[in-house]
Amino acid sequence: MDLSRIIKRLVLTAFVFFGAATLNFFLPRFSGGDPIAERLAQLGDSGGTMSADALSAMIASYNERFGLDLPIWEQYLNYLWDMMRLDFGYSIAYFPTRVWTLIGQALPWTIGLMITTTLIAFLAGSFLGAFAVWRKNAMTGTLMPLMMVFAAVPFYLVGLLLIFFLGYQLRWFPTGGGFSPLVLPSWELDFAFNVLYHACLPAASIVLSSIGIWALAMRGMMVTVAGQDYMTFARARGLSDRRMFFSYGIRNAILPQVTTLGLALGQVVTGAILVEIVFSYPGLGNLLLQAVRGADYFTVYGIVMILVLTICFVTLVLDLIYPLLDPRVRQGAP
Amino acid sequence: MTKGHASTGKPIPASPKSEDHIIVLGTTPAHERQFMDRLLSYCRRNPAFPIGLALLCFLVTFAGFGRLLWPVELAQPLSATPYLPPNAQNPFGTDTQGRDVLAVTIAGTWLTMRTGIIAAALGTVLGSALGFASGYFGGWVDNVVNWIVDVLLTVPAILILVVIAASIQGQLSSLSMAFIISLLAWRRPTRQVRSQVLVMRNMGYVDTARLSGMSGFEIIVRELVPNLLPYLVAVFVLAVSASILAAVGLQAMGLGPQNEPTLGMTVYWMMYYSAFLQGLWWWIVPPVFVIILLFVGFYMLSSGLDEFANPRLRQDIR
Repeated sequence: MDLSRIIKRLVLTAFVFFGAATLNFFLPRFSGGDPIAERLAQLGDSGGTMSADALSAMIASYNERFGLDLPIWEQYLNYLWDMMRLDFGYSIAYFPTRVWTLIGQALPWTIGLMITTTLIAFLAGSFLGAFAVWRKNAMTGTLMPLMMVFAAVPFYLVGLLLIFFLGYQLRWFPTGGGFSPLVLPSWELDFAFNVLYHACLPAASIVLSSIGIWALAMRGMMVTVAGQDYMTFARARGLSDRRMFFSYGIRNAILPQVTTLGLALGQVVTGAILVEIVFSYPGLGNLLLQAVRGADYFTVYGIVMILVLTICFVTLVLDLIYPLLDPRVRQGAP
Repeated sequence: MTKGHASTGKPIPASPKSEDHIIVLGTTPAHERQFMDRLLSYCRRNPAFPIGLALLCFLVTFAGFGRLLWPVELAQPLSATPYLPPNAQNPFGTDTQGRDVLAVTIAGTWLTMRTGIIAAALGTVLGSALGFASGYFGGWVDNVVNWIVDVLLTVPAILILVVIAASIQGQLSSLSMAFIISLLAWRRPTRQVRSQVLVMRNMGYVDTARLSGMSGFEIIVRELVPNLLPYLVAVFVLAVSASILAAVGLQAMGLGPQNEPTLGMTVYWMMYYSAFLQGLWWWIVPPVFVIILLFVGFYMLSSGLDEFANPRLRQDIR
């Protein structure tokens, strides 16, 4: 197989990781922010009784604890080593809690929401796009421009509209949260339904605004595929319409879509961040918002690193499975 | 398919490849026809283009004339009674902080468009320079530029921007946001211009120029740039919409100018004060509506420009 492609991808991943870690390390130090001093000053302000001496003593002790009194290159090496072990340290806002614990709580929500919605949008969108080429009629003719509009609008704005109309005006769906406030998380069926019910609007906003992207791209591919000689030949052989549509049309047109799927999975993460914020969904996006608001730098960087790694990983996996989908790549044909 | 809507990352769908491409600008009878005729027939084939242009013109007019006709100072907090539903004095009502929503919408549209245009202009200029250099000269320049773009494109812009903006929060103004966004806005222009130049540099007229003794720099400035100008316009339009997307996204997270009424900050404030729970629909609808119009307008305009701008699409047809 194409080993050099995989090696190139691995090196690229390492570069991205290294670059992100370096950026995370140096930015706050050059921008003049001092997370610990800021945080303690905030606490001091709200507590009201802390003297300046006590504050600076505390800053010194915290700096020592976080290793911030070491020379900068030593800090940098320590930081890189921590990042390689995926050790993001402690959250500043919820001090004794480690960043990983916070991320661990939020991650399942984000992954669940994201993967489901991306797959739904991918499958439905690709099918609709292909179908719009196969059967040109009034329905597909009005559907496509509508999808173009939705495709242009970011997820979270569709989310805001859905909250407004379905959540606030009609009161059909809850306007936010991952589950009802008075329900305790458990593995009961009731709770599962509660979670699904709360996921309806966020999921709908992601699906609605990304389905059009898939449909439009698929339509472009399908137009090309439908004009190919092998399609004419397949028709001449008397294959059923259904078989031509699925095995000849979609099978060939979907390949570039799969590449885009990898890119999109990465992008959906960031799109989902804002959707989660809009719906105060208990995933990474909301955690990120809280961390940004609370100047909790370590958590912000931890989340960014996790997302960056996810994207790199997904791209890598797609590079690996792509040859399985497209025989032309497998055989090394141009 | 690698080109995309930077930073939301919505991949830009392949240009609608309808079979009616066959008559295109610049083909045989076209140069004899009048400019208006050509424009009209272009618009008829690409209805997205005039619609997008009209939407954006509407917004520019709204923001530009709105500033003259309506006192935008009312967009500052405490300039009116808070929580007022639409009335004669405040046609769009007021928000929880006593800003006039009409003034906020006008000023916000203005600020948001300005942010996008500045960021995109810087990004397009830098990106095209890199793209021309790496595409035309090739060699190690191309390798280095390509690597950096590869690495940077792997990570969604908004993640990098979150780190940057979070680190210098507090000192952000809508202008400094434009500069921050331009730090990443050059990646896609670089890629797009480079791929066009790779094709163009092997064309006859470039060879002729080279043989006539033009230096590489001269060829880029005098031959390639003028030929790619329409394409650069399309790259710029795409960059503006990507930059606005990034700006509004960052601001909706609260990473933006705290005391400027940009559209993104308005979205942030309305979530911050749970405008939905309080039923302040008049605060939500106008800014969200404007943002949607903005994105739809840019999307339509850039997909309408695709055929006009892409020299390769034009060639295919000949």
